[in-house]
Amino acid sequence: MADKVIYAMYDDDDVLKDGAKMLVGKGVHVADVYSPFPIHGIDPIIGVKHTRLGINAFLYGLTGTTLAIIAINYFMIQDWPMNIGGKPSFSMLENLPSFIPIIFEFTVLCAAHGMAITYLLRNKTLPGMPARNPDPRTTDDKFVMEVRVNENTQFSGDELQAMIKETGIIEIEERELQGS
Amino acid sequence: MHKEASIREPLILGDKSYHDITEDVCRPIENDAPKAWYLMITIAGLVAMWGIGCILYLIGTGIGTWGLNKTVGWAWDITNFVWWVGIGHAGTLISAVLLLFRQKWRMAINRSAEAMTIFAVMMAAVFPGIHMGRIWVAYWVFPLPNQFGSLWVNFNSPLLWDVFAISTYFSVSLVFWYIGLIPDFATIRDRVTRPVAKKIYSILSFGWTGNAKAWNRFEIVSLVLAGLATPLVFSVHSIVSMDFATSIVPGWHTTIFPPYFVSGAVFSGFAMVLTLLLIMRKAMHLENYIHVKHVEYMNIVIIVTGSIVGVAYITELFISWYSGVEYEAYAFINRATGPYWWAYWSMMTCNVISPQLFWFKKLRRNLAFTFVLSLVVNIGMWFERFVIIVTSIHRDYIPSSWTMFHPTWVDIGVFIGTIGIFFFLFLLFARFFPVLALNELKSILKSSGENYKEGFGYGEGYWDKHAHHEEIDESKNDNNDSND
Repeated sequence: MADKVIYAMYDDDDVLKDGAKMLVGKGVHVADVYSPFPIHGIDPIIGVKHTRLGINAFLYGLTGTTLAIIAINYFMIQDWPMNIGGKPSFSMLENLPSFIPIIFEFTVLCAAHGMAITYLLRNKTLPGMPARNPDPRTTDDKFVMEVRVNENTQFSGDELQAMIKETGIIEIEERELQGS
Repeated sequence: MHKEASIREPLILGDKSYHDITEDVCRPIENDAPKAWYLMITIAGLVAMWGIGCILYLIGTGIGTWGLNKTVGWAWDITNFVWWVGIGHAGTLISAVLLLFRQKWRMAINRSAEAMTIFAVMMAAVFPGIHMGRIWVAYWVFPLPNQFGSLWVNFNSPLLWDVFAISTYFSVSLVFWYIGLIPDFATIRDRVTRPVAKKIYSILSFGWTGNAKAWNRFEIVSLVLAGLATPLVFSVHSIVSMDFATSIVPGWHTTIFPPYFVSGAVFSGFAMVLTLLLIMRKAMHLENYIHVKHVEYMNIVIIVTGSIVGVAYITELFISWYSGVEYEAYAFINRATGPYWWAYWSMMTCNVISPQLFWFKKLRRNLAFTFVLSLVVNIGMWFERFVIIVTSIHRDYIPSSWTMFHPTWVDIGVFIGTIGIFFFLFLLFARFFPVLALNELKSILKSSGENYKEGFGYGEGYWDKHAHHEEIDESKNDNNDSND
């Protein structure tokens, strides 16, 4: 049997937030929320864990710093030391101050791009990907809450709909779930 | 919801709903462009083609077609480079530094300021590129394995720091800008009806969904990119200034250059933002989103940075005397009273004296005056770079080699051409891209929108009890007396 999914549409972010709070209080599991802008405070209500992208960025940055130090040490100290303006050319440590700008820039380069690429991959947003929002109005001024019936086995589909209808919705729709 | 004091001026004027914001921003994209747009892009396109012609002539013939000579080896080329990089500083400053400071007024201007940044940095990159003479070997600036006995680029040199700084700055700004654009492209994707446009915006929007987790990631990515871009902004122009400051040329050999250049960059960047936005808000009917308060905030940034620049000029002058180095002192006496006195005093007037007029509230809230002054600052900042570069080297240690710099038509043509290319790109942006950050504006509507702040005529705090916009509109006319 295909799973059913209920899409409840709201025209205000605060109403949706209150509605989600009430439903979650009754034990309903809200699968997802689609909105035209970030609704602050919705994540803890529907149980969305905070992203770890920040940690990622730090690790990418660290990789950048390490790579830059290793590369500059090889280029300027090991492979082809040159006397440029009398700056010490045989010791990485003594020559380090004039390498700092590029080490810094490369750190930022790796952190920013690494994070951006991870972000795009994790969101499954890449050029040519199909849009997966349930209703085109969710990128304009409508807010949609997604509740899956098989994640709320303690309630029947009708009970769920009845509870959702009490939360100030403007539209409700039940669809067969496609794919996963 | 974040609360904001009612005494603060609203950032979004008029009775706007979420849908109105979408409409107002998407209308210019969905409708046919006005005649003025075609006229402007034609002019910009012609100027751009002239510029590209000059660049091709320069590459084909050689750097000798510029007015450079044995004494003045750097002139308009590097002046234009620094000028464009400086302009390119406002966008990332607005979107990154103001994001960290939680300045919500940035949201109306960040998108177009970032676009301006990207186009300005592209224009800046043209100049060192063509100055190399042999642009086809421009990749030699990168540390690549090569057949010359693996001779590496010099990591001690500020010119190489510049390569890394500018390319990092450009690519990070581009990514920052695009990540903000994705949700807004999705809004357009879900609205347009023409099939070609739908296809294009659907590719551009990367299949954005707008679910809770995606927004959660979006916010942290914006924050971390802002945190990374903030030191980047400061480092880029510091490094540009070190192209001069690490030399031993009197007039360039100055330790205050990094902060002086950075504030000058922010100063000129904001001036260019004002020049562009004051036209754009009128042409695209965005007066409710970019209004007098936004202009006033930007003018305050101009006073602050302009004053820092002024202090730097005077410090430089004082130190040249106080240092006791005759050559240093002469470089500055020559700037102010030598054959280039007119450039020096244009710089002083445009950058130090004129922005001080913004201390008058009437003037900094006057849009026409602001527009004129933004042009004055743009011109002044070009002269600043010209003064620093040319007046420091045109009279060197040997009086027999003293000379003047005379730009040729190629010098002028390339500079004017980059202005044409810049405006051409910006006009394309204004026509096809969402010029305001839709999703960000919607998120501040309830805290900073005029009608939400005033409680729809029912007084402050009304909004907290009554969430539904439509319901309020219906009953609004019944009892307007309870206002306040």
